[in-house]
Amino acid sequence: MNVLTDNFAAFRDGFLKTVELTAYSSLLALVLGILIAGFRVSPVPALRVFGTVWVTLLRNTPLVLLFLIVTLGLPALGLKGWDSFWLAVMALGCYTSAFICEAIRSGINTVPVGQAEAARSIGMTFTQTLSQIVLPQAARTAIPPVGSLIIALTKNSAIASGFDVMELGALQTQLNADAGYDILVIFLWIAVCYLIITLTLSGLFRLLENRLAVAR
Amino acid sequence: MSASVLYDVPGPKARRRNRVYGVISTLALLGLIAFVIYRLDDTGQFQAGLWDDYQYANTQDRILEGLLTTLKTFALAAVLSLALGAVLAAGRLSDHRWVRWPTAVLVEFFRAMPLLIMIFLLYYAYFDTEPMWALVIGLTLYNGSVQSEIFRAGINAVPKGQSEAAYAIGMRKTQVMTRVLIPQAVRSMLPSIISQLVVTLKDTSLGFIILYEELLYVGKAFAERTPPENGVYAFIPMVIVFGSIYILLCLALSSLATWIERSTKRSRKGAPTAAPAGAATVMADPSHSADGGSRDGDARGGGPKAD
Repeated sequence: MNVLTDNFAAFRDGFLKTVELTAYSSLLALVLGILIAGFRVSPVPALRVFGTVWVTLLRNTPLVLLFLIVTLGLPALGLKGWDSFWLAVMALGCYTSAFICEAIRSGINTVPVGQAEAARSIGMTFTQTLSQIVLPQAARTAIPPVGSLIIALTKNSAIASGFDVMELGALQTQLNADAGYDILVIFLWIAVCYLIITLTLSGLFRLLENRLAVAR
Repeated sequence: MSASVLYDVPGPKARRRNRVYGVISTLALLGLIAFVIYRLDDTGQFQAGLWDDYQYANTQDRILEGLLTTLKTFALAAVLSLALGAVLAAGRLSDHRWVRWPTAVLVEFFRAMPLLIMIFLLYYAYFDTEPMWALVIGLTLYNGSVQSEIFRAGINAVPKGQSEAAYAIGMRKTQVMTRVLIPQAVRSMLPSIISQLVVTLKDTSLGFIILYEELLYVGKAFAERTPPENGVYAFIPMVIVFGSIYILLCLALSSLATWIERSTKRSRKGAPTAAPAGAATVMADPSHSADGGSRDGDARGGGPKAD
């Protein structure tokens, strides 16, 4: 009996679900992360405080707890009707956004001080300086750490299996429960699926890094 | 000394504008918090009946028990992963290719695997009666591999002259490692090691998914047992109480890492090694300088990590 050929459809669905989950959550994490990084360096103290609290809290929250907060908390707030997939996207996206914010902030930190000074001296406002001068340069140094964060996000997405999302982790539990297959073999195939995703991601990020590399 | 070079020192007009933005954003945030509290109250999450249980000594004992289970798992996983990390790092730094390569493959494999998938394997295949060991071994394999990379990066970051000088006065390989390299490396690695321990602590909550009786699981069992009040179950009180315990634990551990990082930075003579090229950077906040210490940014100092 071959695990993969017997359950090819299930493997394909689980694989696609994990890819989908990773894609949407990374998108959310990137948008939120850049926004919060902007907050954290902004001239408005209230926004800086909000950014700091967001990052400190989320970085010190176990992801499982965050999943619980989202899946139990949102319905309690009266925001019903989200299905488990989107709840998982929210939990994963918010969690990773805190780390992405910090990666971008240390990217901002590597931009030479003259760049921002020059931008200010020709009269650019904070938003212009940040979005047109500093962030594009910060993005270059931020790409490798953001890449490893997205890979970490892919791995973390397995936790969604505990919260009713039918992705690769859930497939593993389901096949494990179906007696008749060797558990190690199931593990190996699931591992191969994850490796395909993470290796593709790291290849993509390396490509991006080389594309954007500029001699300073 | 201005706080940031990203914007000018605000003049009277900008100060007024910033104040307006500040008031608006504060109001928006307060509004959000008020909305959350209002909705929670409106849906009856603050009914006394749902919270009564937390007053009983019996309940508090159960929480304490869950906390101890979590801490015990964490302690075991931490010690074992540090030990495994040391062994794997020694393997990867070995002079013999037949030791170096297999260790590298092992480390890369365990680092690339989702932890939960490994815990599932261990749980279903070997430890279905003892979820604790599935959790501890899973955590050990994963975090041990990550720790080994931190150790390796730390030891490689010690200036080459140190080991050359040690060899020159006739020390042997082991002596160079234990007397010269490790004592210097530990200092720079400590923040990263502790941040990884925070990850280990956070990941003990994965036990929840394999029904291991750690803190979060106790909380859930607890919320399910409490009789619903007017049709509202006690899940939100549970999340608030148990979530705060978890977050406080992790915060305590990661502030230890930040504190150690600060104090080693202060005591170090000469230029800090982590300062990026050009030293002057956009944010004048030295405590967050980018750390180019290791490959793919894994061993960032300071705060906790994502995986």
